[in-house]
This record gives sequence, structure tokens and C-alpha cells, in this order.
Amino acid sequence: MKSLSFDTTNALCGALFIGLGGFFIYQCFSLDLGTAFKMGPGYFPLVLALILTLLGIVILVQSTRVEGEPIGPVAWRGMLFILPAPIFFGLTVRGLGFVPSLFFTALIACFASQKMKPLTAIALSVALTIFSVAVFSYALGLPFERFGPWVRM
Amino acid sequence: MDLFSNLALGFATAASPENLLFCLIGVLLGTLIGVLPGIGATATIAMLLPITFQLEPVSSLIMLAGIYYGAQYGGSTTAILINMPGESSSAVTAIDGYQMARKGRAGAALSIAALGSFFAGTVSTFLVAIFALPLTALALKFGAAEYFSLMIVGLVSSIALAHGSIVKALAMVALGLLLGLVGTDIYTGTPRFTLGIREYADGLNFVAVAVGVFGVAEILRNLEGEKTRTLLMAKVSGLLPTRDDFKQMMWPVIRGTGIGSALGILPGGGAILAAFASYTVEKRLSKHPEEFGHGAIAGVAGPESANNAGAQTSFIPLLTLGIPANPVMALMVGAMIIQGIVPGPNVASEQPALFWGIIASMWIGNLMLVVLNLPLIGLWVKLLTIPYYVLFPIIMAFCSIGVYSVNSNVYDLYAVAFFGLAGYALVKLRCEPAPLLLGFVLGPLLEENLRRAMILSRGDATTFVTRPISAFLLLIALAVLVVVFLPSVKKKREAVFTEED
Repeated sequence: MKSLSFDTTNALCGALFIGLGGFFIYQCFSLDLGTAFKMGPGYFPLVLALILTLLGIVILVQSTRVEGEPIGPVAWRGMLFILPAPIFFGLTVRGLGFVPSLFFTALIACFASQKMKPLTAIALSVALTIFSVAVFSYALGLPFERFGPWVRM
Repeated sequence: MDLFSNLALGFATAASPENLLFCLIGVLLGTLIGVLPGIGATATIAMLLPITFQLEPVSSLIMLAGIYYGAQYGGSTTAILINMPGESSSAVTAIDGYQMARKGRAGAALSIAALGSFFAGTVSTFLVAIFALPLTALALKFGAAEYFSLMIVGLVSSIALAHGSIVKALAMVALGLLLGLVGTDIYTGTPRFTLGIREYADGLNFVAVAVGVFGVAEILRNLEGEKTRTLLMAKVSGLLPTRDDFKQMMWPVIRGTGIGSALGILPGGGAILAAFASYTVEKRLSKHPEEFGHGAIAGVAGPESANNAGAQTSFIPLLTLGIPANPVMALMVGAMIIQGIVPGPNVASEQPALFWGIIASMWIGNLMLVVLNLPLIGLWVKLLTIPYYVLFPIIMAFCSIGVYSVNSNVYDLYAVAFFGLAGYALVKLRCEPAPLLLGFVLGPLLEENLRRAMILSRGDATTFVTRPISAFLLLIALAVLVVVFLPSVKKKREAVFTEED
């Protein structure tokens, strides 16, 4: 692509919308479309998915015309530690119980920053867990099991 | 007078000790997150939404509303002191407010912002009260076709007010609508787009999507380039504006209030646009336009009043029509539904105490803000010294707790991670998340009203243009769309939004 300059960001964006639109169109095939009078479950989503795909194509075509700014830095480390945090909480909150699960969730999230030192991370997670248990479990009475079956002997 | 007896009922409701307490908690929390850059009102309300389930409906809505307008106050503190908008709507305040602070007039700038906001809050609260009933009466005439057209207006306006490419914003709306349709079809019971996961049969959890797209994605964006903030001054002195300051701020505040109130009603990013519009107007009208950007008082007073007025009046479409004007209002819809209240024109007649209580609490909340914020400024300044790496693990933990407690569904937590990633990817691809979220909320409503309208008209699509109110609304939507695509407006719009970055 030496002579042809194009906006990578927008090209990716267009491709993404086309992909998503395609996915929804494909899914709509298994649904009943119905008629304009009595629309089935697939009618409105199919229209939307077609619009989405069309807009994706427009963005993709437009991206070949102008050169845009680059995407910029990506928070890889952030994604590596931030995104698993809620997943971990989801996987363990029933088994481990609220207290240990929350502690580790906070600890995982802590490591997303390069500036966090291990000791600070542990101290912060402990403080956060104590505070949350006091507020959410005792004061607000949310129905969480504080310690789950995995940690009970 | 109906208006006064209604307002009296509202004040009686809002002034109960319990509601006063929740109003106070709301505005304090709002100021807190407004001051801290990196967490916005949207993410905070999304996190706290599930917890409000335990409260009385009035108390919970009063608190959530308090967070929203409290954040407008808090955001300006950050803007003035460290030249960084704590909330996106205070981006304009940073331009002249920070310059005032550099000249040693930080105290005066903060007071002007607070007093301007209070004036705007007072006026717009009354506007909400005055317009609420007539609009509600109008809304009761709405059928399925009108609701459909009204939502189209809302979606189109959210596109007009979004940053960046219009085509992308349109695509985001379409995607949001599609995501909103995930779950069981209301007419036939067919599961749609659930990928066979039974836990998604009730649809994607709105709180999970909002927390992911606004909370998690925002954290990731902040982690890209970790910078240390520099605080301009640890001590703020000279809070009281001089007589001359008052003279200079009077008209900008009044104009800002007018502009903000009008633009706040529009669906989309009301408060943000209001602040920009007010800044432009003040610069145009000023006798000394060269002062702007170098600490003009009007450049702080106008936009600050405008964004607060806008934040306030954006409650009008929600309270009267049940249609959210921006993502925060969409969360308020969620809060109402959690409490078993169907937002819409019936709220005013069926739950007058709730309806007027919320309106009255806005004024009380504004009063609290002005009384509390100026003495507490030292505390807020201290908060700014908390490093970000301490904040975001806390935010993540609260997000997880909040989302899980909505209906104890662990799949909602996986959705948070997924939408966090998706939201971050979309931000990186320069797509605005607000239209997506609005589409997500309106998706099921839009489809339901479309299908109902088509059944009522026996499959005749002209029903949308032959019914006068519906036709009028669609005409507005079309006009907005034409206007944003006009080359001259397009250029100006781009200029406005680049100024913000």
C-alpha cells in the first residue's frame, strides 16, 4: 500500500461494522421474518443489520480516500489485567464467597498499572474488601455469602 | 394555582429527613466523582443503580439525580484547578477558568462557577416544573406511531450531538438497537441472538453494558498513557468575587441559563453542547473578545450556568415522555424500572409525590451544592492528589459488586468484560459510545411501537406520515439529519468538537 494512502482506523472500523452486521444477518435467517403487517421476530433486526452492514461499507469506502491519524497507544497491560477482573469475580463469587473473591478481583485489577507496588496493591485490596463487606454486606444487606463452599472445611 | 400546590407537595416530599439525607449523599458523591477525572457520572450511576434497589423509589431517584448534577459542579473544580475536565461538560470551563487560576484568581473562578450554576439550577428547576404538566398532557395523546417517531427524533439528535463522523454515529445507533434486541421476542417468545446461552434470554443487562462501555473502557483509556497530574495550587484563597466580577458575570449567567435550558431538552449530549454554545455566544457578544482564553469571567460564568441548566432540563423528556435524552437519563429509566415504575406520561398523575419530589429535590440539591462546595473546596483539592492507580482497582471492584447484585447473574459480569473490551475497541476506532447506549435502551421500545403501529394500521407504513404529530416529529428528525449533513454546518461542528479535545 505505498501509493494508496488510507485511514487504517476507519478501514478497521468499517470492517468491524460489516462483520457485526453480517453476523446479525446470518442469525436472522433462523428467525421468522413475517410480513410488514405482522412482523416476525426477525423483521426489525434484519432491517437494522442491513443498515449496519451498509454503513460499514460506506465507512470502509470513505477510508480509502483520506489518510487519518494512527490509532495511538493501546493499553495492552490494562486489558490484560482489567478485563479478567470481573470475569474472575463472576467465576468465584459463588464458590469462594464474597470476601476472598472480591479481594482477588481487586488485586488482579491493581496490576494493570505499572506504578502499583505489590505491597500497596495488597494493602489497597485488603482495605477495599473490608470497606465493601462493611457497606454492602452488613449495612446494605446485599444477599452475598461471605465465605463460599470452596473455603469452608 | 396547580403549579404551586404541586411544588408544595414536591418540597414536602423532598424535605423529609430521609430524602434530604439521600439528596446530600447524592450531591456529595456526584461532586466527588465530578472532581476526580477518569470516572464520570454515567459509570457511577451504573455502579450504584443496583444498590438503590434497597431504597424507597423517591429516595433512590433523588440520590441518582443528585449524582448527576453534583458531577457538573465537581467537574468545574477540576477544570479550573488542573486544566483537565473532571466531567466532559466542563471542558469549556477549563479554557478560561484555568487561566483565571493561573492569575491567582482560582477562588473567584470557583465561586463564579458555583453561583452561576446555582442560578441556572434554580431557573431550570422551575422550567421543569412549568413544562412538565403541559408536555405530559400532550404525551397522553401519543399512540404507537408517535412514540416510534419521537424515538427516531431522539436517536437522530444523539447522532447530531455526538463527536466525530456522523456515519459512524449512525452505525453505532444501529448496533446499539440490535444489541438491545438480544433476548426473547415479546410477541412470539422466540429467543434472539442469545447464542444459545439461556442466561441472556431476558436480554443483555443494561447495567452491565453501561458499566462496560463507559466504566471499563474509560479506565483502559486512562491506562494508555499514565501521567501524573500537576495541581496548580494547594490552597485556594479569595473566594468572594468582587462587585466588578458580579457585574461581569450577570448577563453571561442569564444567557447561559437560557441556552442551557433550551439545549438540555434536546436528546443527545445536552449539557456538553450547551456549554459550548454558551461559550461561543459569549465570545461573540463580548466587548473584549480578546480576553477569551486568557481568563475571561464570562467564559467561566456562561458555560458553567449552561451546563448545569442543561443537566437539569434533560429530565424533562424523561419525566414527561419516558424517553431518555442522554445515557445518564437512560440509567434513570433503568432505576425507575428496577423500582417497578414505568417511566412515561403516567408517572405525574399516578405518582405525584415521586414526580414533584424529584423536581423539588433538584433545587434543594443545588442549594446544598453551593453551600457545601465553597467551604469544602480544600477537601476536594486534596482528593485531586489521589493517584489514579489507586482509584481504578476500587472502581473495578465496585463495578463487579454493582453489576452482580442486579440479579445475581454471573453472566452479567462476563458481559461487563466483553463490553469493556468492545467499548475500548470502539473508542480506539473513534466511535462515540453515547449513541450506542441510547440505541440499546430504545431498541426494544422502538421495535415494540413499530410493530404495534404496523398492526394497528394493517401493514400500512404511511401511518407514520398521515398522523399529524408523528409526521411533525419525523419532519424534525429529517431536518436535523439534513442540517448535520450540510457542508457548512459539518465544518463548524467539527471545529467545535476539535476545540474540546
